[in-house]
Amino acid sequence: MKREDLFELAGRNLREAALRNSLTTLGIGVGVASLVALLSLGAGLQDLVGQRFNRSGLFNTLGVFSPRDMRSSETRSRDESANPAVLRPLDDSVRRDIAALPHVIEVYPEIRMQTDIGFAGHTLFSSVSALPPSARQSDAFENMHGKFFSGDQAPEVVVQTDFARELLEAQEIPAAEDTGSPARPSAPPAATPAASPSFPGKAPGAGATIARTGPLTAPEAAQLLGKEILLRYAERQQPAAAIAPGITPGITPDIASHAAPPTASARAGAPAKRPRPGDGVSLEAPGFSVVRRELPLRIVGIIETAPYAGLTGSSNSRVFIPVALAEKLRPVLPSSLRDLMQGTQPSETTYQALVVRLSTPTYVPATQEAIRKIGFRTFSLLDATRQLRRVFAVLDIFLAIFGSVALIVASLGIVNTLVMSVLERRREIGILKALGASDGDVKRLFFAEAGAMGIAGGLLGVALGWLIGRGINFATGIYLARQDLPRESILLLPWWLGAGAIVFSIVVSLLSGLYPAARAAKLDPVQALRYE
Amino acid sequence: MQSRTSENGLAIRAENLRRHYKMGETLISAVDGVSLEVRAGEFIALLGSSGSGKSTLLNLIAGLDRPTSGNIFVNGRDLGAMTSEELARHRRETVGMVFQAFNLMPRMTLEENVELPLRLAEVSRTERAARVLEALERVGLTPRRRHRPSELSGGEQQRSALARALVNRPQILLADEPTGNLDSRNGNEIMRRISELNSHLGMTVVLVTHERALAERFAQRTVFLADGKILGADANLLAAGEDAEPASRVP
Ligand SMILES: Nc1ncnc2c1ncn2[C@@H]1O[C@H](COP(=O)(O)OP(=O)(O)OP(=O)(O)O)[C@@H](O)[C@H]1O
Ligand SMILES: [Mg+2]
Repeated sequence: MKREDLFELAGRNLREAALRNSLTTLGIGVGVASLVALLSLGAGLQDLVGQRFNRSGLFNTLGVFSPRDMRSSETRSRDESANPAVLRPLDDSVRRDIAALPHVIEVYPEIRMQTDIGFAGHTLFSSVSALPPSARQSDAFENMHGKFFSGDQAPEVVVQTDFARELLEAQEIPAAEDTGSPARPSAPPAATPAASPSFPGKAPGAGATIARTGPLTAPEAAQLLGKEILLRYAERQQPAAAIAPGITPGITPDIASHAAPPTASARAGAPAKRPRPGDGVSLEAPGFSVVRRELPLRIVGIIETAPYAGLTGSSNSRVFIPVALAEKLRPVLPSSLRDLMQGTQPSETTYQALVVRLSTPTYVPATQEAIRKIGFRTFSLLDATRQLRRVFAVLDIFLAIFGSVALIVASLGIVNTLVMSVLERRREIGILKALGASDGDVKRLFFAEAGAMGIAGGLLGVALGWLIGRGINFATGIYLARQDLPRESILLLPWWLGAGAIVFSIVVSLLSGLYPAARAAKLDPVQALRYE
Repeated sequence: MQSRTSENGLAIRAENLRRHYKMGETLISAVDGVSLEVRAGEFIALLGSSGSGKSTLLNLIAGLDRPTSGNIFVNGRDLGAMTSEELARHRRETVGMVFQAFNLMPRMTLEENVELPLRLAEVSRTERAARVLEALERVGLTPRRRHRPSELSGGEQQRSALARALVNRPQILLADEPTGNLDSRNGNEIMRRISELNSHLGMTVVLVTHERALAERFAQRTVFLADGKILGADANLLAAGEDAEPASRVP
């Protein structure tokens, strides 16, 4: 029998028991819908998490360290130290080498300092992190007040909500001393008397009018955006430059000869320990000199959570500046001190760690290998993604199993319907055979009927599953909106899932048709035609 | 397939044909050692009482059933050696069947019923339409072609079944009590048309009946069956019976 005739006959048979066949088809549809809905949930969650992680930069970044810094803590580096390349410092040439590797989007140093910030005559303490331009993609900036840095070296700052709240509190309390210079627009780097006492940000009673948790309100944010803060930091200067007084007018050189870096003393939070103007000037001959500086920065944005910016974690940083700006400032970092101790040439910049950002996480292992060959150590969180993928694979399998249960029940419906149909149509099958239908023709006829129910059920199921997904997304959207959270698609129905579900439905239906079709084909026409 | 027997002008040749049914302990011999030769273009009647094995023999010739032992050749081809696919083809192309119970598809129109064998034989759509019309014309049912079987009289239904049996232009027509459900007028009408097919188109006809008068009136030769055996004549006599007269009588 020709295919068109086969389908026509099958369609005819399906129409003859329309109610029963549509109920069976509906059953398949519901089964497919449950499968589709559950798998969309899996796909949606995976996409949600994957997207978040990709945007966070957690998995397409890797850290580069010099093995020199690890020698003490890592015993296995002993054999590596035999290799002269290992002793190469992590400097600009290495940075360029890494930047030249394929798929590398950017290489930037991890700059993080604990420092003082002057605002409204008060001094606040915070850790300051440098952010690369790509950090803009991070969802930390999704619902920010204000905006991201306008340029790579823009003298701008983005602060985190907690810190913003401290700034607001500081604004309300009059400065303890009038000598404290308030934020001035475009003030040149100038020495400021550090007489203002550190503002006790978490002092009880302070700023009682300001809500302690949750995001800032728009008016609160408006009070801060556009204002300036003073970033106080220690600049590392080459001795030659520092010696010539004319080059650094108005700058008070500070002593950097303590064992602890300036940031460490700042961490102690005791104003008495902080270097003061006139404490004495001392330029260290073999290393570099440290110059105390202040830089006014405009607050352009307020974010709720810290973005991922480096490896040691920027999450406890509350103030962010562009990485190019941070590099230009040449602040004294813990690594500077190490350079000093190790007698590195003062003219060169060495980094404690470089962060390498790749186009996709796929290239992480290859890049890690390449960097290891240059002689540096790397660190990445890719293994964590692998784990995550495995978790999702297991989740998907579970969801698929649960979804399939409904489809299996529905497929029993097909078996039942078709077996009934074979029994009912015994005589018709007998007639067909007497007229010359082969066993194969009869088998194919029942397969076509099962397949047709599979196609119809599959289409119906995907449509139904899609509707369920829309419904759930809509409901969660309302819920999230109530919670002031961004809208998310919890269920995601990619085209391959829809197509796969239809194919699966057809396959299951054909499998269900296997037994009834075989039974119909085996039917003895003599017996079938014997009784009336 | 070899065509030695068909060269001899034989349409059907059965050799010691048996068809047994096992019912628990007992063995029922529906056809029990039948040897029979039917020439091409011959009209024979299988006469016998109920349960004598007429239908079983007819089904063996039709290729609807397979012999337990013995051989059955149609147009020189050994049906027992055929695959089920080949048997289906044999039913489609070589034989046409008419049943006592008409066996029309109840939900199809006459036209569609008559078209069914053509679909199974993969005849093109345009040729199908022409052949259906021709077949319905032959049985005088063209005006009723869009009706369903239930809307027709028994006689009309059997005529449709006859149209369906001949639409594929088979060489052999196998009719199993075609008049069994009809009154004598309609029965005669059907028999007249079958006779016509035999005389005009040279179709070989095997008619199963238990009405002796019908057999004697239309068939060139009558074969008597009782308990699955051919009665009162041996195979040689039957083979020699070329006078188109009833070769044997019920004792
Ligand atoms: N499937 C079967 N199982 C058991 N016995 C069967 C089967 N088919 C036929 N028979 C037996 O074989 C014998 C011949 O049956 P068959 O139908 O050929 O008779 P018939 O001559 O056509 O009778 P009728 O004139 O009533 O149609 C009967 O005794 C019948 O009971
Ligand atoms: Mg019978």
